[in-house]
Amino acid sequence: MKSVILRTASNYLLPLLLLFSVFILLRGHYNPGGGFVGGLIASIAFVLHAFANTLGNTRRLLRYPPGALIPVGLGIALLSGLAPVFVGKPFMTALWFSTPVPIIGLIGSPLFFDIGVYFVVIGITLTILFTISENIL
Amino acid sequence: MISAVLSGFVFALIVLLAGKYVKGKMAVLTTLLPLGLFVYFISMLPAIAIGPLSFSSSWIPSMGINLDFKLDGLSMLFSLLITGIGTLVFTYASYYLKGHPYLDRFYCYLSLFMASMLGLVLADNVMLLFVFWELTSITSFFLIGFNNDDPVSRRNSLMALAVTGGGGFLLMTGFVLLGAMSGTYSIAAMLSSAEALKAHPWYGLLLFFVFAGAFTKSAQFPFHFWLPGAMKAPTPVSAYLHSATMVKAGVYLLARFTPVLGGHTYWNTTLLIVGGITMLYSAWHAIQRTDLKGILAYSTIAALGTLVFLLGAGTPAAMTAVAVFILVHALYKAALFLVAGILDHETGTRDVTVLRGLRKVMLPVAIAGLLAALSSAGVPLTFGFIGKDLIYEATLHTPAYGYILTGIAVLTNILVLYAGFQAGIRPFAGALPDGFKGVHLPEWRLWIPPLLLAALGLVYGILPMLTDASLVQPVVLSLGGGTPPPLKIWHGFNLVLLLSGVTLAGGCLLYFFRQPAGRFELALQRFDAMSPETLVVKSARGFAAFSGWYTNKLHNGNLRSYVHIIIIFVSGLLVYKLITGVHLYFDMRTNVARLTVYDITVFGIILVAIWKTVSTSSRITAVASMSVVGYCICILFVIYSAPDLAMTQFTIDTLTVVLFVLVLFRLPRFLRINDRKVIVRDSIIAGIFGILISIIALEVMNEPTNKETSRFYAENAYLAAKGKNVVNVMLVDFRGFDTLVEITVLIIAALGVYSLLKLRISSSEKE
Repeated sequence: MKSVILRTASNYLLPLLLLFSVFILLRGHYNPGGGFVGGLIASIAFVLHAFANTLGNTRRLLRYPPGALIPVGLGIALLSGLAPVFVGKPFMTALWFSTPVPIIGLIGSPLFFDIGVYFVVIGITLTILFTISENIL
Repeated sequence: MISAVLSGFVFALIVLLAGKYVKGKMAVLTTLLPLGLFVYFISMLPAIAIGPLSFSSSWIPSMGINLDFKLDGLSMLFSLLITGIGTLVFTYASYYLKGHPYLDRFYCYLSLFMASMLGLVLADNVMLLFVFWELTSITSFFLIGFNNDDPVSRRNSLMALAVTGGGGFLLMTGFVLLGAMSGTYSIAAMLSSAEALKAHPWYGLLLFFVFAGAFTKSAQFPFHFWLPGAMKAPTPVSAYLHSATMVKAGVYLLARFTPVLGGHTYWNTTLLIVGGITMLYSAWHAIQRTDLKGILAYSTIAALGTLVFLLGAGTPAAMTAVAVFILVHALYKAALFLVAGILDHETGTRDVTVLRGLRKVMLPVAIAGLLAALSSAGVPLTFGFIGKDLIYEATLHTPAYGYILTGIAVLTNILVLYAGFQAGIRPFAGALPDGFKGVHLPEWRLWIPPLLLAALGLVYGILPMLTDASLVQPVVLSLGGGTPPPLKIWHGFNLVLLLSGVTLAGGCLLYFFRQPAGRFELALQRFDAMSPETLVVKSARGFAAFSGWYTNKLHNGNLRSYVHIIIIFVSGLLVYKLITGVHLYFDMRTNVARLTVYDITVFGIILVAIWKTVSTSSRITAVASMSVVGYCICILFVIYSAPDLAMTQFTIDTLTVVLFVLVLFRLPRFLRINDRKVIVRDSIIAGIFGILISIIALEVMNEPTNKETSRFYAENAYLAAKGKNVVNVMLVDFRGFDTLVEITVLIIAALGVYSLLKLRISSSEKE
């Protein structure tokens, strides 16, 4: 796309949107948000960037193919589920730290599960969209 | 005990990893595993004579499914057969398949199979038993189809899997039913509710399912046809599968449940009829065959039929006969199979009309064959004699139809004797043809195993007290037959001895006056058109043809017709639901008065967007208008305070529009390519569907809502999961496992899209 305005705007929007998506992800346990929505917002940020700056540039920005995020996310989610097993509790029991962290609140294994979902969603969405747009554009 | 079972699985893995060494000279070392297990079980013998040993470990305790193992007389007998004959088969195979490129794989399958069989006979929990039961089906599928470049091998292994696996499904239903009826999955605990089970109204149904599993596995008529086909497996496998293990699993199952379910008329009559038909039918088939393995396969079915028949007779004497005959049959049948394997390996043929006089070149093999044949015939001083005596003893004293049953048994035994002689004696008798002059005795690894087995049949025949207290009595005890009298060679002159004499004389006469010939087999082929096998294959083909036709009708590859079919089908369902008892109710005051100005505004926007979608002639505009409808629904979510939903919906909608635009980019820009008829049809379908959905939505509003679930989550979100956002807590905590599976499904979808498109790109690049 040849719009200078969009290109400039997207360059500024990308970090902002990513920050927003992380914000949405972290507040999920207490306020509207969570890994799924956060991941979608992050993907939209990248898609917007790809529209403005061509797909190749976005791929270069990401450095790794987006599919690489899928195993990372799934691994984090699985590990967060497995963590309680090591302390002798059933699979996917929630473990929590006792003291809350400012802004985020309490940190526990569900948060890591959510982070896993976040990465998986980004990976999936970008893989699908990039593959299709590569095939068509 | 659990380590004994697991060792086989671990060993299989090791064999795979150390494949290079196993293929070489080290192959014979694999014998150490079954040998070790055999010694282990032998060392348990004294303990078993006192009482059964149990082992338990929890698996899914909340559902009553645990790793319960029990070693009693019955499982002991089977464990010894599995590991003992396993030892010999492992040794035998190390030479028989020497230099085979997949020898490591073979040992992997074989030890997997052995471990599954062990687990099957040791399991004391029906669910655990079922897991091992299916494992034996699967591993035997690998073994039967071992020569997988042969299409017949592949077909027969599939057939075996289809028949035994199909029975397995029914068996699982039976087990679930059994668990529901007795309130436990533990077999030991079921014993106490045996009487209640028999009086239960579902008893007949339960028997149907259990019998379906047992009969398919143990190749009872009319499910027998897969077993001769399974002979395509390498001979050591046939020996193992058909003498000691796989096919006896069904008999084991029936024996195991005899104390729980047996003793009822349904049980006894069914087993007597099915077992009786099977033994006569297959014994008669056995004598028509000229292929050594074919003869042995059919006589195996006859033996299995006999066992089922005896379990049906159900008297304590019959139980003793079962215990002895299992051992008798395993010993002579394994020996005969191994002998047949040697003949095949050395001469290259298994045709009994060709094989002659081989005793002159391979005497030890001939001795093994002779002893095994004598034992199968039940000649005095062999173990088979004792076994046959017990069978006649049992059938004669069956309360009803004793003489008919004895007649069937005598007839079968005459035919089995003929088949046994055919396989064990005829290839070695007579003059050696010139063609076989070059044949020589193979290495000891081939002929020692059958000789050992056959000799054991003789030892037990002369000294039956060896097996008495250690093996037979615990088995009969665990079958619920009380303590049997000790085994004896000589019972004095009585009717049983006379019957034995008749059997021997009849069989020998048949052997001397009837030469095996291919024409008998050809004569049988006339009936192939109505054999169970043909019928099953035909119905399978019909099913495949039907699915092909059905798939082509419904899945024609046209996306538009898919959407049509789905919408029409759902509409049909909704219409049906509306006709059968939805009372519509629309009240202006309650339904309309609650509308706010926001609702009306959003509604107006939606109407305009829909009108634009339908009327526009540009695809991009249509998609954009559709997305307006989506956003409006998001706004409705916001108004009715579901911010999570709204947020997700907004982002999803955005991405969907992007996707749509990407896909539509290449299509023509204008919509007006349809003729009028199609437009009218589509609008009718869409209109009907929309109206139905509206009616349903109205109806849902009228239904009283059950708030119990949502209240539970709302109340417990913070208490149990320390979260204030109920939606998120549900996703990551209460139903976290679902989410994990869902993202896995999404990943699969992404991989599907990726590989489909990439494949298309790469294939078009190639062109």
